Amino acid sequence: MSADVTERVLDTIAKTQRIPREKITIDGRFEELGLDSMDAVNILFALEEEFDITIPDEEAKKIRNPREMVEGVQRLVDAKCEESR
Amino acid sequence: MRRVAVTGLGVICATGKNRCEFAASLRAGRCGIGPITQADASGLRFGNGAEVSEYDACQYFEPKQIDVIDRFAQFAAIAAREAVADACIRWTDELREQCAVVTGACIGGQTTEDQGYWDVYKLGKTRVHPMTIPRTMSNAGASFISMDLGIFGPSWTVSTACSSSAHAIGQAFRMVRSGETDLALAGGSEAPFSFGCLKAWEAMRVVSPDTCRPFSKDRTGMILGEGGAMLVLEPLERAIARGAKVYAEITGFGMSADAHHITQPSVEGPVRAMRKALQDAGIEAEAADYINAHGTGTDVNDVTETAAIRAVFGEHASRLLVSSTKSMHGHTLGAAGAIEAAATICAIHGGFVPPTVNYRAPDERCDLDVVPNESRGAAIRCALSNSFAFGGLNAVLAFCHR
Repeated sequence: MSADVTERVLDTIAKTQRIPREKITIDGRFEELGLDSMDAVNILFALEEEFDITIPDEEAKKIRNPREMVEGVQRLVDAKCEESR
Repeated sequence: MRRVAVTGLGVICATGKNRCEFAASLRAGRCGIGPITQADASGLRFGNGAEVSEYDACQYFEPKQIDVIDRFAQFAAIAAREAVADACIRWTDELREQCAVVTGACIGGQTTEDQGYWDVYKLGKTRVHPMTIPRTMSNAGASFISMDLGIFGPSWTVSTACSSSAHAIGQAFRMVRSGETDLALAGGSEAPFSFGCLKAWEAMRVVSPDTCRPFSKDRTGMILGEGGAMLVLEPLERAIARGAKVYAEITGFGMSADAHHITQPSVEGPVRAMRKALQDAGIEAEAADYINAHGTGTDVNDVTETAAIRAVFGEHASRLLVSSTKSMHGHTLGAAGAIEAAATICAIHGGFVPPTVNYRAPDERCDLDVVPNESRGAAIRCALSNSFAFGGLNAVLAFCHR
C-alpha cells in the first residue's frame, strides 16, 4: 500500500464525514466513527471521484474497516495503472 | 365536528425569512422579485425570480444534514421549526404519536436531479451523487420534519402542482376537525431555480420577462418564486384551554377538478371549489371580505379567476377585496398554497389586506377591487385562499377571524 493512497483515502473519509482527520487511523474501525450505511455510500462515491475508479458493489460490501478500504482502493488504482500501460 | 384553530406559523420566502418579516412585507407591499442568482439566466427569455436572498443553509442545519436534504426540503423544515416554536407546543409522547405532518411539493428536489443530469449528460461523468434519490424525493420535507422534530404520526406529501400545499393543509384540517388527530403540521415548500427547470418554464411561455403584475392590463406573466410555509393546526377548544394564541380559524376546504385541459383553466372548476369551501365553512358568500387570489399574472388565469369570483359572489364580488400576493413573493408552485394561506392568516390576524403590487392599469376583464399597490386596513371576517393547478386541480381554503 502506498502512503499516498492511504493518506488520500483517510482524508476522503474525514472530509465527507466531517470528522477531524486525526481521529481516523488505518487500524481503526468504522463503528468507532459512528458511520452508517448511507455514510458508507457517500464515502464510496467520494473515493470514486478522488481516484477516478469504479468500486464494484461486491467489493464494496466486503469492506469492514479503513485498512480494507485502503487495500481495495489500492488494488483498483493498480489495475488502472496496469491498463493504461 | 370540531372547530380548528391555526396556532402557529412559519414562513420563509423572498419577502421574509420568518413570519414577522413576511407579515411586515405584506403590509408594506414590498416586492421580493429580482434578478435570478442561482442559475445562469443569460440564455433565458426571462431573468427575474423571487428568491430567498442571502440564504445560508449553514445557519439552520449541520453540514451533514445539508448533504442529504435539498434546498426545497430545507425550506419545509425551517418553516416547520418556526411554526412549532411559535405555537409553544408542549410535547407529550401521545401528542408526538398522533401529530400529522402533511407537506405539498410540486417538483421536489429538482435542483439536485438537475445537477445529476448535468454530471452524466453534459460532463460525461460515470456517476451521480449517491444522495440524489433521497434529496430528490418529494416527501423529503415531510420526512425530515418528522425526524427533526420527533413526530411519529401520519405523515405524507401531496403533489398537485400549484395546489399542492393547499391540498395538504386541507387534508390536515379535515383530520383535526374529524378528531383523527389533535395536532397537525401542514404546508409545503419549493425551490425551482435550476437551469433545466427554468428552461422548461420558459418553453411554457408563461413567465414574465419583467415582473409579476396580476390583474393589471399590461401584465406579462408569472414570476417563479421559492420558499416554504407551515401551519400548526389544532382543535380550537384545545388551543383555548392551553392558552395558545389563535391566529385564525380554518373553517372550510373545497376541491374540484376542471376535467377540461392540461394547462388552460376553466371558470367552472374554480367556481365549484370556491362554493364547496364556503359550504364546508358553513358561511354565506356575503360573509367573505377577502380573497387571496391564485392571481398568477398570466393573461388567462387572471381573466378566468375574475369570472369565477363573479360567478360565485354575484353582486358581492364588487365589495370583495381580492389581491394576489404572488406579485410580491412570486409563484412558489408547490409552496404557493401554504405561503398564500399564511398571507391570508396574517391579513385576518393583522386587520389589513395585502396589496397586489406592480399594478399599473385596470383591465376591464379583471374588474375587481384588487387592492392595487398599497395595503389597506380592514377587519376581515372570513377569507378564501385560492389555488388552481395545471392539470385543473383546484383547492380553496376558508379562514375566519376569531
